[in-house]
This record gives sequence, C-alpha cells and structure tokens, in this order.
Amino acid sequence: MTNVIQVQHLRKTYGKTVAVEDLSLEVKEGEIFGMVGPNGAGKTTTIECLEGMRAFDGGEIKILGLDPVRQERELRYVIGTQLQKSQLPDQLTVGEVLDLFASFYPNPVPWPALVERLGLSEKKNSWVSKLSGGQLQRVFIALALINRPKLVFLDELTTGLDPQARRSIWDLVREIRAGGCTVFLTTHFMEEAELLCDRVAIMDHGKIVALDSPAALVSKLGADSRVLFTTSHAFDPESLQALDGVTRVEREGDRVIVYGRAAQSGKQALISEVANWLSAQGAAFSDIRMEQPNLEDVFLQLTGRAMRD
Amino acid sequence: MKSFWKLTLAEVKLYFRFPIAAFFTLGLLPMILVLLGAIFGNDPAEQFGGKGWLDWAVPGFIAMVIAISAIMSLPMAMCTYRERGILRRYRATPVSPAAVLGAQLVTQFAMTFLGMLLLIFIGKVFFNLGFAGNIFSVLAAFTLGCLSFFSIGLLLAGVLPNTRTGTIVGNVLLQPMIYLSGVTIPREVMSEGMQKAIRFNPLTHVATLLQGMWYGDAWAQHQTEVLVLGAILVVAGIISVRIFRWE
Repeated sequence: MTNVIQVQHLRKTYGKTVAVEDLSLEVKEGEIFGMVGPNGAGKTTTIECLEGMRAFDGGEIKILGLDPVRQERELRYVIGTQLQKSQLPDQLTVGEVLDLFASFYPNPVPWPALVERLGLSEKKNSWVSKLSGGQLQRVFIALALINRPKLVFLDELTTGLDPQARRSIWDLVREIRAGGCTVFLTTHFMEEAELLCDRVAIMDHGKIVALDSPAALVSKLGADSRVLFTTSHAFDPESLQALDGVTRVEREGDRVIVYGRAAQSGKQALISEVANWLSAQGAAFSDIRMEQPNLEDVFLQLTGRAMRD
Repeated sequence: MKSFWKLTLAEVKLYFRFPIAAFFTLGLLPMILVLLGAIFGNDPAEQFGGKGWLDWAVPGFIAMVIAISAIMSLPMAMCTYRERGILRRYRATPVSPAAVLGAQLVTQFAMTFLGMLLLIFIGKVFFNLGFAGNIFSVLAAFTLGCLSFFSIGLLLAGVLPNTRTGTIVGNVLLQPMIYLSGVTIPREVMSEGMQKAIRFNPLTHVATLLQGMWYGDAWAQHQTEVLVLGAILVVAGIISVRIFRWE
C-alpha cells in the first residue's frame, strides 16, 4: 500500500515555543487517520503544515508525493481542506458559495449533487449567515470535497456541534472514506477518534505519545473497567474490595466507583458480581452502569492527566 | 479567468447585499448633491469662478466617491475578509491572490463608476449640469484617480491590523482629505498658504485633474497631477503587493 502522507521529524516553533517536535507518521491510502490531544497539543499546527498552509522549521513532509511548501499549488488541486478557523462571506447563498469554489478547479463535482449528498438541498438558497453550526460544517465539508480530492484534511470538524449533529457528521466522514478518499482529521474528542478512526495518534506537548488503532491502544493499556452506582447504604469498602476481580473502590458521598479487571472466562462480569454483592448486603442501589476503558484512560495513563477542553 | 469573474460576480452581489457600504459610496453623495443643489442651484456665481455651484461641485463630488471607495470600502472589505478567515479559505484553494485582489478592485471600480454616473444623472436631470470637456479625458482622469487611490487603499489594507482600527484610520484620513482638497470649499477662496498646503493631499490632485478635464483643460495643463497620481500608483502599488497577507 502506498503512503498518502509521509512525515519525518517534523518540527515547528513559534519564537521560543516548540509547537511540534520530531513528529513522524505515515498514513495509508483509504485510512481514516486521527490526531487527538488537548487544545494546544500541536494538532492544528501539524495539520496546517501538512496542508501547506504553514511553513515549518525542520523535517520532511510528502503529501501524495508532493512537497506542501514548494508544490503548494499542485497540492491544492488534489487535496480537500476543512480549516478550523475560516469563514465564508455571510451574504452569499450556499449554492453561490459552492458554485464559486467549483470555479477554482478544473473538474469539480457538480455542486447540486454535492448539496444533495450532504443533506443541504433545502438550504441551497439560504445565506451562509443563516445556517446552524452543523449546516455550516456541512458546507465546509462540501467545499473540501468539491475538487474530487484523494485526501481530505478535517481540522476539529465537530467542535461546537451538538451530539446529534456530531453523529451525522461522523456518518459523512465514513461515507467520504467509502468513496475511496483518505481522511486525516484532528479532534479533541477521544470518543470521536475511537469511533471514527482506523488509527489514532495521541498528541501531547507537540509530540506523538502513542500511535495505533484505538482498540490496540486500549488493550495495550490493560486498564481496569469501572462499575459506577449510587447508594445511600453505608457499607465497608474493604469487603467490596475483597470481591474477586475488584482492584479498587472509591466512594464520594452516594457515588461509588468500583475498579476491576474485565471478567475472566467462566466468571461473571464485574457488574453482576457487584450487583449480587450489593443485593446480598441488602443495600438499595441505583444508576448502576459499567464503563470499559477507552482512549481517555489511555491519555490519562500516558500523560498523567485527564484530557479536558 | 473563470474564477476571477465568478469572484467578481460574488463581490458585486455582496456589495449590494451589505447596504451600509453601498450607501456610503452610492447613496450619500447623490443625496447631499440634491440637498445642496436645491439650496445653491446652478446659476453662475463669482465664488465658484463664474460657474454655477453644481457645475463647480460635480467633478469634486466624483473625486469624493473615489476617496470613499478607496479609503473606506476597499480596505474595510479586505480587512474583514482577512479578519474573518475568508481569505484563509480562499488560500486553501488553487485560486491566485491576483484573482482575489483583482475581483475586489474591479468591483470597487465598477461601484465607484456607478457612483459617478448617479451624480452626473442627478446633475443632468434636475439641475442642468454643464459639461465643457471631452468624455474620454474625463474617463481617463477618473480611471487614473481610481487606480492611484485604490493602491493607497490596498496599502492601508495591508498595514491595518484589524477592522476596528481600519474604521478609525479610514475616518481620520478621509475627513480632512475631503475637506482639504478643494471639493467642498473652492481652492480660490483659500489663503495662499492653504492652497500650497493642500497640494500634499493626494485627493487635491484627483479633484484638480477631474475638474480640469470636466471644463475642457488640456492634459498639458495637468502634468503635475498626472505625475503625482502616477507616482502614488507605482509606489503604493508595489508596496501593497509585497505586504499582501492572507491572514
């Protein structure tokens, strides 16, 4: 398989601040590759270097075999770009914007079809200023796809969107890939990376701290699952901890978190163990649920802190 | 070329869909012309060099339209585009900076031209506006004035950090530029020192050239104006292209 993106030892500084340091990665054709990390981790700087929107200080980047600095114009024809910080003139309609951007390329997708595909048909005569956040992002996705790109860059695509809009954008991204396009995206939502990406690079302080498929990252972690519930019953945490598989118990007021290994074969799931134990104690409990370790936990373990916006 | 014309078409649409800018270039001066025309009329008067007020005022008003487009509309449009990341979005496409800038300039030129036509139309229809020059000379003077002033506007757009500062700087430059160019008060009634001082105002040269061509002067009488405006065009033009920024 060919590498669509090839980055070696990328380095970018702003004055004395090192934004990206010694970053290397490869993205294969047809992948959805995600870069996750907190704000300020260097994701946007990296993606902008790859897009040819930003000059860098060291290392080498090849995008579809092109140098993004020296061959910026050639690159523009074959990639699609959704920028984190950009806008469109407010008083143009969706149709006018797409028609305009289509005129920048030799062989654009007919925009009415694109509008249809992105669920914007009803909005094609609306001014850009009248669109919701989700609709506007769809327009930006349409702009990124209008030149039939082989590779699209999506920077913080779902930031600021409500959960429903976010989910429908995820479906769109999967569709883009199904159409044969490689996707490189950044996000600070671990959930998004986990559900959407084939491979994920976790970034912190300008470096990649881990890079693999989400499942492999989580399983390498070997972290505990959690059972969470609410009870007003006073019990001895010690005896709960003695339960098979339980490694730790935390209690804060009525909220209790039980940490433990995923159940071994032949044994009951941790959640059943805990529920049975509570019933045996005659303790009333509610809101019980189980959480599997996820990329948040991977990040926590790798960096020693939780990832918050 | 296709992108350039599409961009220009979009700019023209945006111009009319954002009526505040359109009002200052196209609406305000015709309104003032009608009001003052109703007061002063167009009968020959001594303080206007034996011309009627309107005959005297219209070429100056045309110079004002040029100044408003160049010093306010153009830098405002570019600053807003840059500040809001619209230029950045264009940058992420293969469209050339020349097409983006060119579309903006052509639009501003067309709107300034329209502003001039409106003034002439009002003058002709309501006040029997006189004209003693050559149409092509007036058009040439108008075009030179626009090019020269638009390059100043682009220079401002490149230098100004944001739209807020742009509005303030634009006003601070525009007001004295207009009052001290001999388009509101005839140069003839100014003191000699004042007349010398306003020669440092580039708008004075646009106004003088337009007035001259309007009354049928020969180009040879206006070498200074042509030279000054040409020099501004070259210098400001080169600098503004060099300092152009997408973001």
